[in-house]
Amino acid sequence: MTTLLTILFDGVAYGMLLFVLSSGLAVTLGLMNFVNLAHGAFAMAGGYICAVLVNKSGVPFFVALPMAFIASALIGIVMEQTLYKHLYHRSPLDQVLFTIGLVFMAVTVVDYMMGSSQIFIHLPAMLEGQFNIFGVGVGRYRLMIIVICGLLTLGIQLTLANTRFGSRLRAAVDDPRAASGLGINVPQVFALTFAFGSGLAGLGGALGAEILGLDPYFPLKFMIYFLIVVTVGGSQTITGPFLASLLLGIADVAGKYYVPKLGAFVIYTVMIVILIWRPNGLFGRVAQR
Amino acid sequence: MSADHGVGEISLRRARWGHGETAFWLIAVAAIFVFSDRYLILTEMAWLGLFALSLDLILGYAGIVSLGHAAFFGVGAYCAGLLAVHGLVKEPVLALVVAGGAAMVLGFATSFLVIRGSELSQLMVTLGIALLLRELANKFSDITGGFDGLQGIVIDPILGLFAFDIFGKVGFIYCLVVLFVLFLLARLIVHSPFGLSLRAIRNNPLRAAAIGIPVNRRLIAIYTLSAFYAGIAGALFTQTTALASLDVFSFERSADLLLVLVIGGAGYLYGGLIGAVVFRVLQDVFSSWTPQFWQFWIGLVLVLIVLIGRERMYRGVLWLPRLVMRRMAFPGRSAS
Repeated sequence: MTTLLTILFDGVAYGMLLFVLSSGLAVTLGLMNFVNLAHGAFAMAGGYICAVLVNKSGVPFFVALPMAFIASALIGIVMEQTLYKHLYHRSPLDQVLFTIGLVFMAVTVVDYMMGSSQIFIHLPAMLEGQFNIFGVGVGRYRLMIIVICGLLTLGIQLTLANTRFGSRLRAAVDDPRAASGLGINVPQVFALTFAFGSGLAGLGGALGAEILGLDPYFPLKFMIYFLIVVTVGGSQTITGPFLASLLLGIADVAGKYYVPKLGAFVIYTVMIVILIWRPNGLFGRVAQR
Repeated sequence: MSADHGVGEISLRRARWGHGETAFWLIAVAAIFVFSDRYLILTEMAWLGLFALSLDLILGYAGIVSLGHAAFFGVGAYCAGLLAVHGLVKEPVLALVVAGGAAMVLGFATSFLVIRGSELSQLMVTLGIALLLRELANKFSDITGGFDGLQGIVIDPILGLFAFDIFGKVGFIYCLVVLFVLFLLARLIVHSPFGLSLRAIRNNPLRAAAIGIPVNRRLIAIYTLSAFYAGIAGALFTQTTALASLDVFSFERSADLLLVLVIGGAGYLYGGLIGAVVFRVLQDVFSSWTPQFWQFWIGLVLVLIVLIGRERMYRGVLWLPRLVMRRMAFPGRSAS
């Protein structure tokens, strides 16, 4: 029973992390139908920036986290304005080729600068170890992830539901043409969202370095996970990807624990089945276009 | 020029064997004698070309995008490897056909999943299938050898007559012959009414269905055929290198393949072959610059190709040859 709860806890932490990592991709895919396979590269950038700040410059971990967010967001907006912007109306094949190219470049640049081995971020002592609640082992670090990602999720949800920017974004997702006809500056909305999504990915990369492992191949290794979250969750809502992330996180942790020989296999199979069964995602509405 | 010279006439003219094509294959044959010290890289070009040709069949002719074509390549490679290791089918050509058949069965089975849905879900499903197979090959490491790959692959002489030599000459000629035969077959297929109907589907599936083309059945057929080609390419890889490891299923292989086809251009069959030659030469040059980081340049090439625009790139590259051709066709007139 307690192992079950521990697995559930770890799975939730993992899932929340996946959500923060991939929510930016959900927006890119949903808003502009842009297939951004390089999303993981932003996460990797955040992770490495945090690692360098903490390990080399001695910046406290909790200061480095927002800096990782800001740095990734800045990289995101620069990339969006210089490169991505020109490719929104291209075919998915072009977008895929372009972003694969970016991934290859990001992987080798990081490999060149930081070396190919996995790196770890020195965590403050207060985040290490675990404590027991009713006999269930709770890792401090994972608890922190759940708290931070939970707050972020809440923040994202509230922003989307209650602010003017959120309603503009939702309008633009639903129908970009009508939205721009109503005077919404769709490219601007998209640029901001792209930057924010990249920032979130960077933050997720920094937070996840401890759990997911951080090496130059991060964008390739986790690309499929981000895509699963988005395709299974559907890209029209934010709750869809959230639920999909939790599901994926718990399934992955449980799968690795109970059927270690089949772990990833189960996940890919489930993804393919869901894609066949509901092409718009498990929680997605039926496409109106 | 009346309207009677319709589609049929034009497609017949297109299907005719041109001088350019003869020249291409003569150069390929000449490579046996000219580059006698570079057989390994030539062999690689040959099977990569065949692999790209298989992607061209679905991408260039039917408009199916795949991010996981390595799945079929891998099945062919492992199949050929296992047949050789366990001595089930000793003769390479026969093993080639069996390996292609295995990939074909997989292609047929998965085609139903792939032809459904939008381009995005096509990408996801093909990617997922390739990852799935890689995972399977990893789990059943007692059969596949896991990360170390299959051990002890020894390939018998081709047709019992030509043994593979240490320089790779026999291997290259073997690959070239297989490539040529399969190329001719593909050429026949894409210029047949079946091939034309595929192009109609690519251009507008709805309209194609409206004029009575069984869209799904045609797509399944070409996807299965493409899987067969990819399987053979994989088997050639294993037979000429005596290698089969998890790497055959890797995402990078599928991604590189897209680049190969994009370099050469999709939809006229030679694209994959030319792309394979250019890609392999580029790879060689890049890895001589920066041995560990050649992938950076490959990535840069991809990004640049997309930014420049594929259409514009081909126009740029083909500008000189077209000019020459036009001058030769109309010697008196200046090309305007």
